Amino acid sequence: MELTNYLGLAAVLFAVGAATVLLRRNAIVVFMGVELMLNATNLAFVTFARIHGDVTGQVLAFFVMVVAAAEVVVGLAIIVMIFRARRSASVDDVNLLQS
Amino acid sequence: MTVSGGETALFWVLAPLMTLAALGLIFVRRAVHAAICVMFVMVGMAILYVAQEASFLGVVQVVVYTGAVMMLFLFVLMLVGIDAADSLTETIRGQRWLGVLLGLGLAAVLLGVISAATFPPAVGLAEANAVTNPVALARVLLADYVLAMEVVGVLLVTAALAGLVLTHRRRISPKVTQRDLARERVAALPQGRTLTPLPAPGVYAQNNAMDTPALGPDGAPLEHSVPRVLRIRGQARSATAVLAAEESLVARELADAGLLTADADADDDGARADGARDAHQGEER
Repeated sequence: MELTNYLGLAAVLFAVGAATVLLRRNAIVVFMGVELMLNATNLAFVTFARIHGDVTGQVLAFFVMVVAAAEVVVGLAIIVMIFRARRSASVDDVNLLQS
Repeated sequence: MTVSGGETALFWVLAPLMTLAALGLIFVRRAVHAAICVMFVMVGMAILYVAQEASFLGVVQVVVYTGAVMMLFLFVLMLVGIDAADSLTETIRGQRWLGVLLGLGLAAVLLGVISAATFPPAVGLAEANAVTNPVALARVLLADYVLAMEVVGVLLVTAALAGLVLTHRRRISPKVTQRDLARERVAALPQGRTLTPLPAPGVYAQNNAMDTPALGPDGAPLEHSVPRVLRIRGQARSATAVLAAEESLVARELADAGLLTADADADDDGARADGARDAHQGEER
């Protein structure tokens, strides 16, 4: 087996995450799609680290994880705030700026 | 560097399952099921990290993603309402097909790039991981990326503060304390409210007695000890009926045990009749 198979898996997962962001309406599920995309890039980082024999890729994946954790905190807080104000977690309902 | 047969098998078992679980994110209706799917993908990812000589990241993946991030997701799902299913009405026409098309297009482009690119022969991490994987990571992290790590620390603190500030709710009305509640009760005394809790309904041996009133110190039944719902439905019973039925039951049991004297035998028939009537009442109920 070639190590590029891992990259293929990462690409498929990334595409599925992107499709989730485009297709789903529930803000929380959309957020999970973003998480899936971040995870897919992490898999690519780890695989590249192995291909090149250099752990820097793993360090970058580690940074991605930390930033993802911070992003989840803020994002979910925003979702909770929107839910409190509008009693809905659907991304379609947040269209106040639309004329 | 060659990939071992075990790792190949692991990959071909896990990759389809992970892809299926990821697709579940698109097709599953309920947000909780989607969260379970994502958890499966993340645990699978951790296993793949360990297989790819990144044991530290594998552990961090389990701790941070499945342990913290997905739990946070579940908490927010509980907060927002677990039944919140997606609406299927399209606000942008053709969004569904456009989304499917773009997703497939992205997959095609990424897979095309990967298959077209030529990668150098894989080196493997055996040499880099000679000092164990966490130590190797720490040497890079704390030597080349020290500034980035400090900045990320600041980012984490900022995010924690942001989470606190964003979800903070300002109190509009003054807080009601125990003291205020007590004062309110005393003030309501002239309107007929009692300070103490209401008396509990009476408990007699024969029935479960939510429907029979308690007896006051003077022996009079306290009507308000029966729950209001039962009183309104007309399901409350009088205490005297229950007491009489109980006495007759005791008399019958004593008679059955042969403890009654001869002169009490005269009452026996009456007691039996009472008991029969009592049993009948029980059936009716």
